[in-house]
Amino acid sequence: MIDLQGFGPQIALGAWMTVQVAFGGLIVGLVFGLMGAAAKLSPYAVLRGMGQSYTTVVRGIPEILVVLIVYFGGEDIVNRIAESVGYNDYIEINVFVAGVCALGLSFGAYATEVFRGAIQSVPVGQIEAAVACGMHSHQIYWRITLPQAMRLAIPGLGNLFQVLLKDTSLVSLIALPELMRTSQAAIQNTKEPFTFYFIAALIYLGITTVVLVGQIYAERWANRGVKRASA
Amino acid sequence: MKKIAFALAAVLGLSVSMAHAGDKIRIGTEGAYPPFNGIDKDGKAFGFDVDIANALCAEMKAECEIIAPLDWDSILIGLKKKKYDAVVASMSITEERKKAVDFTEPYYSNNLTLVAKKGSSVDPANLAGKAVGAQRATIAANYVTDELKDVDAKLYDTQENAYLDLASGRIDLLVSDKLPAYDWLRSEQGQGFEFIGDAIDVNDKIGIAVRKKDDELREKFNAAIKAIVANGTYAKINEKYFPFSIY
Amino acid sequence: MNWEEIFVALPKLLDGAVLTLELVFISCIIGFVIAIPVALMRASQNWWVSNIPLIYTFFFRGTPLLVQLFLFYYGAAQFDAVRESIFWPVLKEAYWCALIVFALNTGAYTAEIFRGAIQAVPHGEVEAGIAIGMQKHTLYRRIVLPRAIRMALPAYGNEIILMLKSSALAYTITLFDLTGVTRTIIARNYLAIEMYFTAGVIYLLMTFIFIQVWMRVEKRLLKFQN
Repeated sequence: MIDLQGFGPQIALGAWMTVQVAFGGLIVGLVFGLMGAAAKLSPYAVLRGMGQSYTTVVRGIPEILVVLIVYFGGEDIVNRIAESVGYNDYIEINVFVAGVCALGLSFGAYATEVFRGAIQSVPVGQIEAAVACGMHSHQIYWRITLPQAMRLAIPGLGNLFQVLLKDTSLVSLIALPELMRTSQAAIQNTKEPFTFYFIAALIYLGITTVVLVGQIYAERWANRGVKRASA
Repeated sequence: MKKIAFALAAVLGLSVSMAHAGDKIRIGTEGAYPPFNGIDKDGKAFGFDVDIANALCAEMKAECEIIAPLDWDSILIGLKKKKYDAVVASMSITEERKKAVDFTEPYYSNNLTLVAKKGSSVDPANLAGKAVGAQRATIAANYVTDELKDVDAKLYDTQENAYLDLASGRIDLLVSDKLPAYDWLRSEQGQGFEFIGDAIDVNDKIGIAVRKKDDELREKFNAAIKAIVANGTYAKINEKYFPFSIY
Repeated sequence: MNWEEIFVALPKLLDGAVLTLELVFISCIIGFVIAIPVALMRASQNWWVSNIPLIYTFFFRGTPLLVQLFLFYYGAAQFDAVRESIFWPVLKEAYWCALIVFALNTGAYTAEIFRGAIQAVPHGEVEAGIAIGMQKHTLYRRIVLPRAIRMALPAYGNEIILMLKSSALAYTITLFDLTGVTRTIIARNYLAIEMYFTAGVIYLLMTFIFIQVWMRVEKRLLKFQN
C-alpha cells in the first residue's frame, strides 16, 4: 500500500475542491453556452457578432491564459462596472470564483456550438406546429426547442464536461488548493513527486470514469421514449 | 432569456464577496519556501514569515488572517488588487518592486548563494554552458538572467521544484537565497550538496510589502518590527529556525 | 494599456511563440505516428487486440495534461533507477519531456479520433476491396486509412488546435514557450493584463492562421466529394 505520510485528508479535500470547481464551472458554463447559442441564433447582427467573437476568442487562446486573465483582469472589469452604476466599495473576486468563471467561460464557448447545433436540429415542422397552436416565442423556446435540444446536446456536453474536469488542474496555477495543489504541498514535505502525482492521476481517472458512467445514464435517460432507428 | 439573466446574476451575486477595508489585516504568503513559509499537513501556513507575521499582529493588537498558498509570480499583483493587505513572504526589497508597491523596514537580511553537488567541478568564475536554476520572479532569477551570461537558465514557479531538479541532477547549479538553501542543505534531500564559492552580497534586505500610499499600515508594521526586535520576541523566533541572527 | 512596454516585449514574446510552434509541430507528428497503429488496434474485432491499447488511451485521456507533465518530469526523477538509466540524458531535458508527454497525450486523443473514422468507413468499400482480391494490408493502405483520415480531418484539426493551446503548460517545467516568456516578463514589469493580452492575441493569430491552412487542406483532400 502506498504511504500517504499523513497527507491523505489534505488530498481528499483537494479532490473535493476539484469536484466543486468542476461543477461550478459546469453551471456557469451552461449559462454562458445557452446565452452564446441564443446570441448566435439571434436575428440581430450585433448579438450574432458578439456571440461569434466570444467563441472565436475563447476557443483560440489557451485555457490557462483564460484563467490568468480572468483572475487578474476580471476584477478590474467588475469594479469598473460597479463604479459606473454608483457602487464604490471594492469588489474582490477570490481564487475560487475566478477559477469557476474562467473554466465556465471556456466551457461556455464550446457549449455554445453544441447548443447551437442541437437547437438547429429541432425539426422546423415542430416549431411551425407550435406557432399554429398559438404559442408565444418564449413558450416555444422553453416547451419545444429547449427540451429537445437538451437531449441532442447531452453527448456533446458530456465530452465538454470531461475536458472541464481535467482543466480544473489549471486552477492550481493560481494557487487554489485543489487536488493538484494539495499534491504539491505533500510533495514539498515528502519529496516524493512520483508517488503523489501518481495518486493524483488515479483520482482524476476515478472522477472522469464516474462522470463517464453518469454520462451514459444521462444519455439513456434523455433518450427514453425516443424510438431507435435500429434495435 | 430573462430567467437566464436572473440565474446568472444570482450565480455572480452569490459568489462575489465584498472586501471591506475592515480592521482585519489580510497577510499573504506563498507557502512554498521553507523554512520561511510552507503548507503543513492540515493545509495551514507555517514558517518564519508566518511566525513573524503573527508576532507583529500580536504587537499591533490587530486581527490578522494569513492567506496562503499564493502564486509567487503574481503575489504582488494580488496585493495591488487588494486580495490581501500585506505580503510577508521573504520578499527582497528591490527597486523594480518599489515601483509597484511600498516596503516596510527590513525584517531580515539575506545573501545569494550558489548550491551544487558536493565535489562537482563547478567553478563560479566560469559557468558557461551550465544549467543554472532559480525561482522565477526573484532576485536570484534576476541575478541568473542579468549577471550570468551564456548559462542555460531554468526558471521555476516554486523554489521546491528547483530543489527537485537540483537533486535529480537536471540543473548543475542553483542560485538561491542563502537562508532557505542553508535549511535545505540540512534536510535529507540536501545531503550531498554544498555551497559553492562565497555568498554573493546583493545587499538583500527582506521587507513586508504593502500597497502604495498605504502609509498607515506600513508605519504600524515598522513600529511593530522595532518592538519585537527590542523585546526579544524576534530573537526567539529566529532561534527556532537558525542558530545565528538573521536580522 | 501600456503600448510602449508591449512593443518592447514583443520580440521576446515572438521568440517564445516559435518554441510553442516547434513543440506543437513535432509532438503532433510523433502523436500521429503513434495514433495510426493504436487506432488500428482499437478498431480490431479481437477483444485483446482492441483493449490492450485502451490502457494507454484511457490514462492519457482521463487525466489532466498538467498531471502527466509533472508525473513524467518531476515524478520520474524520484527514482535512482531512472536517473542512472540510459534514458536519463533525454529525460533530463525539459524540452524532451515536454515533447514526449505532449506526443503521447495528443497520440491518445488522435487514436480515438481515427478509430471512430476507421469504424465509419462504409462497409461496402471494404467489401469491394476484398472482392477484387486485395490483401488485408493493401486494403488498409489503399482504402481504409486514406478514407478514414479524410473523414477524421475536421476532428483532427480541432485536436491540433487543442494541442496548440495545451502547449502553454510547457512553461511549468521551465521552458520558455510563449506563456513562459510572458510570465517571465510579467515577473519584472508587473504588467499582467498587458502581457497576457498580447500573448492571447498571438495565440489567437496562430490558431486563426492554422484554421485557414487546415481548411485548404480539407478542401483539397475532400475535393472528390463535390
